[in-house]
Amino acid sequence: MSDTSTTQRYPIGQIPDMPPPLLESGIFYWVRKNLLSSWTNVALTILAVWFLWLVLPPMYEWMFSNAVFEAADRAGCQALGDGACWAFIQERFTIFIYGFYPEPERWRPILAFGLLFVALGPLLFDGFPYRGKAMLFSMAYPFVAAWLLLGGGGLTQVTTDQFGGMLLNVIVGVTGITFSLPIGIVLALGRASNMPAVRIICVTFIEFIRGVPLITLLFVASTMLSYFLPPGTSFDLLMRVLIMVTLFSSGYMAEVIRGGLQAIPRGQYEAADSMGLKYWQSMRLIVLPQALKISIPGIVNTFIGLFKDTTLVIIIGLLDILGMGRASLADSKWAGLSSEVYISIAVFFFLFCFAMSRYSLYLEGKLETGHKN
Amino acid sequence: MKRILLGATAALALGATAVSAGTLDDVKARGELNCIVNSGFVGFASVDKNGKYQGYDIDYCKATAAAVLGDASKIKYKPATGKTRFTILNSKEGDVLWRNTTWTFVRDVDVKLAFQGVNYYDGQGFMVPKKLGVKSAKDLDGASVCIQTGTTTELNLADFFRVNKIKYEPVPTEGNEESRRNILAGRCDVYTTDASGLAATRATFKDPENWVILPEIISKEPLGPVTRHGDDQWSDIIRWTKNALLAAEELGITSKNVDELGAKAGNNPEINRLLGTEGDLGGMLGLDKKWAHRAIKAVGNYGEIFERNIGKNTPVGLERGLNALWTNGGLQYTPPFR
Amino acid sequence: MASVNTVAQSDSGQRNFIARLWYDKEARGVILQVLTVSILFAFIAYITSNVIANLALVGKTFSFDFLAEPAHYDINQSLIEYSSKSTHLRAGLVGMLNTLAVAVVGIIVATVLGFVLGVLRLSPNWLISKMVYCYVEFVRNTPVLLQILLVHGIVVHSLPSPRGAQDGGNLAETIFFTNRGVFAPQPLPQDGFGFVIGAFVLAIVGCFIFKRWAKKRQDETGKYLPVFLISLGAIIGLPLLVYLLMGAPLDWNHPELKGFNFKGGFVVRPEFLALTLALSIYTAAFIAEIVRAGIEAINKGQWEASLAVGMSRSRTLSEVIIPQAMRVIVPPLTSQYLNLTKNSSLAIAIGYMDIVATIGGITLMQTGKEMETMIIVIGFYLSVSLTISMFMNWYNKRIKLVER
Repeated sequence: MSDTSTTQRYPIGQIPDMPPPLLESGIFYWVRKNLLSSWTNVALTILAVWFLWLVLPPMYEWMFSNAVFEAADRAGCQALGDGACWAFIQERFTIFIYGFYPEPERWRPILAFGLLFVALGPLLFDGFPYRGKAMLFSMAYPFVAAWLLLGGGGLTQVTTDQFGGMLLNVIVGVTGITFSLPIGIVLALGRASNMPAVRIICVTFIEFIRGVPLITLLFVASTMLSYFLPPGTSFDLLMRVLIMVTLFSSGYMAEVIRGGLQAIPRGQYEAADSMGLKYWQSMRLIVLPQALKISIPGIVNTFIGLFKDTTLVIIIGLLDILGMGRASLADSKWAGLSSEVYISIAVFFFLFCFAMSRYSLYLEGKLETGHKN
Repeated sequence: MKRILLGATAALALGATAVSAGTLDDVKARGELNCIVNSGFVGFASVDKNGKYQGYDIDYCKATAAAVLGDASKIKYKPATGKTRFTILNSKEGDVLWRNTTWTFVRDVDVKLAFQGVNYYDGQGFMVPKKLGVKSAKDLDGASVCIQTGTTTELNLADFFRVNKIKYEPVPTEGNEESRRNILAGRCDVYTTDASGLAATRATFKDPENWVILPEIISKEPLGPVTRHGDDQWSDIIRWTKNALLAAEELGITSKNVDELGAKAGNNPEINRLLGTEGDLGGMLGLDKKWAHRAIKAVGNYGEIFERNIGKNTPVGLERGLNALWTNGGLQYTPPFR
Repeated sequence: MASVNTVAQSDSGQRNFIARLWYDKEARGVILQVLTVSILFAFIAYITSNVIANLALVGKTFSFDFLAEPAHYDINQSLIEYSSKSTHLRAGLVGMLNTLAVAVVGIIVATVLGFVLGVLRLSPNWLISKMVYCYVEFVRNTPVLLQILLVHGIVVHSLPSPRGAQDGGNLAETIFFTNRGVFAPQPLPQDGFGFVIGAFVLAIVGCFIFKRWAKKRQDETGKYLPVFLISLGAIIGLPLLVYLLMGAPLDWNHPELKGFNFKGGFVVRPEFLALTLALSIYTAAFIAEIVRAGIEAINKGQWEASLAVGMSRSRTLSEVIIPQAMRVIVPPLTSQYLNLTKNSSLAIAIGYMDIVATIGGITLMQTGKEMETMIIVIGFYLSVSLTISMFMNWYNKRIKLVER
């Protein structure tokens, strides 16, 4: 109170903007508001910092500062440092990605993978140039990809048992989701149908698929499916797995699309009927385009789920990326490095799936505004 | 929609095949041998950094392909777990099973498999850390035992402990790698599997000198190739290819001197018959005269295969033991080639 | 043109009949359904005939007789009496109970963890919220099989050996944490323990009545009673009192270190721990997201209204927000419960003896009965899934918004 004399006086209306008090702005304010706003918050912050202090430094040491990036075998690794032995992953990197795919032909899966995005473009983006024509390519893509991967017709033949590593995960995941989309649509329409027999069959199928674990279906693919075929015929194991995975994801796909169908206002169906459109016409022209658009985030999420589940093929002896990792662990030069293998594979999957889930979130945001207009 | 799916299926299913009666004809028509192997087992079947299979069982696949197709590289490997191996064989996806498989009555008779002799005489043993101070498997009362599930070992184990009236806790896993992790982490006190597997696993430890393999062998594990019931010609080929490699060691034929010995008929009639310079044993099998010659050329004789993959100078470091030739006190013995 | 017309006229009667049927909506529906059903039956008949032919070809029979034969293998964790002399049927039962045990414990842990994380994700504390975010994203975007393998490795490596647990890893020398499992004293009920159980049941029933009365009282007078604390006290206190009055009618079978392992007591194997933990961690990440979305779906006005009448943040959350959010949360929660149950089938990767490992694994391997064992396994999962769905549907109906 005594220093009022030093306070400068301003005429009314001419007071300049004063900086906010120190504790109400900048980093202090941020810390106070976000970390220390109440006693429980202070306690939580301390707990969190303590936890991070406990976990992060040893993790960093193991993964980076004490890790060995180049060595000829495990003994070499252990001689150089007691952290992770990434040299092993480095040596096996290509077979983790391509499996047994012949080396000179490896441009083919890369090309097929690149073309996948070209094929997806027109399906996902409205403003894609020449969308109509590009859509035709999208339709043809599964066959182009199959030709690129398997060969024949000018390309060297590659058999399905040479597929392995991440390549196999991507093939199983993408095939499963692509072919399950049409089946899922049919099932969802069947479930919404007013014909009781059709509805019951569809509901039974969907609930059956959703009620059993994927690995039992894979067991069926590997042990029983050959009993279902006429005597004397046999199918490629990968083919049987693809069929099972497709059926499996079509059950989930049907539910996603059912959600989309239910979100379409009743008026749209009625409007289509009053225009005199037949069932398939009204579905094709009015209902499905809207329902599918709403379902895209759900479809992407189904794909993420399926893609993660492709690691289960290891249980019936297919060598996907996890399988390649375990087969490599049997090499006496490197045996015992399972943590390194599992962590690298986890990072692989995280990069793929996180990117896709971001994309699905972005779409959700975009669709939401689109719907309100 | 169904039609579209079927069309797509047909387009993708280039690998789908209709199988006729004779496996030999199928293999020849296909130009490739479908060989069922372990998906990862040190010394017997593992994958190297180029993604190539190598190991004891793999060499037998190569010998078979060399004998039948004339090219040891014309093989499609079908990796199988303990659980899937027989179905892969029975569904005709694989032509022959070279995957350390124990010959038992039930498998032979009830599961409808055809065992074609024994290429490795094994027995189930126990391995413990030295510091436990265990001298005999009968001291293992109350121990936790690591085993691989889907194999004969868990049945032998149950029988052994029941007969000796001692208790134990089985710790089952799907594969050798998990068992290895478990025993190293101290999840179990003792690891049991075929003695060859114990040695192979110990070879991968940091401190192999701190582990002991107990003297008891609690079971007989004759490991050998398996084919389907009912294709005798193909079974003969597998059985006699295996025998040819053994005969080669008995007769002193190696991958180095086989070209020289097989160039023209020599003094030893059995060598001549085996290498096709006299008579036509190959023709009787439905193959050509040089079948055994090619097999031996591709992978060497029994002793060479053994030493290269699992012998004393490899990390696995197994003795010949029961698998020495009968003339050296072992059990390996082939019926005569005549 | 003319010729077409004449042809059309010549059999117009018949065509009209079919056309009429086809253009009649109901008749067309019936035709289509009859067609679908007959195609389905034809397909099933085709598959069945193939199966019969194939089985005959390999010389196998279709029968469940093998279930009555001795299993010959041992199982390390079983909720019922089991030895290698027991039948395959019993081995299958052990597997089913083991699957259910993982599912039940996993669902409880995942729900609690998921709700806590979901609420923490919305915490005003930046650090906590971001940590939960990282956890949720990492866990949701990696395969559950990998997580199971990693968690199993961590559990087995970090717990001490039985000897180590004797010196260190134990709680007051009664519960021992070892890499062979967690050993705890097993209660052996003596005479008079029935009264304690009776008191427990009585306390629960009493609490329900008390809760109703307290709610009614609050509605009428506005006075609030700490129902939860009082109930908790009654449920613990009453049985404890009876227990002491009856002279502590309970003996404990304490685990003791004998030879290689602890003997006696109640044991939880590390495989069970690892599997339950991994599945809970995985599912909790999904539940956290569901809970977050559910809470965010509630109108902001609800928060403001309850804060305005003077409720604290935690009471607002537990009595205003979450009860409303439950309607959004329950349907996706159901599918997470189903997923957890189905994912428990991955037990096989770490050697936990669930149904896939017993009947669908070792029994299948020994008897070669692929068809029969797979039918049992699939039937079991289907019935568990249906039960969970039915229960959650019932619960969903109960908490549904009653529109007046």
